Amino acid sequence: MSAEEKSMSIIVTKGSLDWAYPPFILATTAAAMGLPVTLFFTFYGLPLLLKDLKLQVTAAGNPAMKMPMFGGHMGLPNISTAIPGVDALCSVMMKNLIKKKGVASIEELREMAVEAEVRMIACQMTMDLFEYDKEDMIDGIDIGGAATYIECATNSDINLFV
Amino acid sequence: MADATLDAKGLNCPLPILKARKALKDVADGGTLEILATDPGAVADFQAFCRQTGNELLEHSEDGGVYRFLIKKVA
Repeated sequence: MSAEEKSMSIIVTKGSLDWAYPPFILATTAAAMGLPVTLFFTFYGLPLLLKDLKLQVTAAGNPAMKMPMFGGHMGLPNISTAIPGVDALCSVMMKNLIKKKGVASIEELREMAVEAEVRMIACQMTMDLFEYDKEDMIDGIDIGGAATYIECATNSDINLFV
Repeated sequence: MADATLDAKGLNCPLPILKARKALKDVADGGTLEILATDPGAVADFQAFCRQTGNELLEHSEDGGVYRFLIKKVA
């Protein structure tokens, strides 16, 4: 069975280090399995197209974020997540874990997505709203709006929202 | 003996699949690619990958935590 006639699109709305994984993992894997893939980056997902990625995680409001530590799993009480530097520390810990466990970095996955000709669309309205220029973004992306996405979604077999 | 071997040991999802796809590009039609991996998820993933892409999973086995896959390039 060939998947060549199937295609996938994902709306990418979140730009933290952890939330950047699902769209890039699914996009690169689907492309490797022969599906044409389109990613539409909007709102907080848009910075994932910036040339210079500065991704962070936050434990605030995320009681499920527990790191393996001292032989168990430890989370942070919400109040401590407001302390300056805690997000930076959590991000360093997460990036160390990612490296140690042989998980790809977002930079690496994004490069593979570009290589696999995943179509990436930056939302024009978000670019205006948050004042980003096309020069801030990686090469080879398209710029479009809701109608551009809807046209793509209409022709896709799988449409996801992350 | 496979035509090419990919060492994906220590790599986690989805890297074994992505690197296998790349390695398959350099294998001639009908040729074989051997993949070594330590990600237990790769077992189900290589089966799904082959079903979806039309490539043939000739063999898969496990020895001391290392999974070995032999794929014949069809597509």
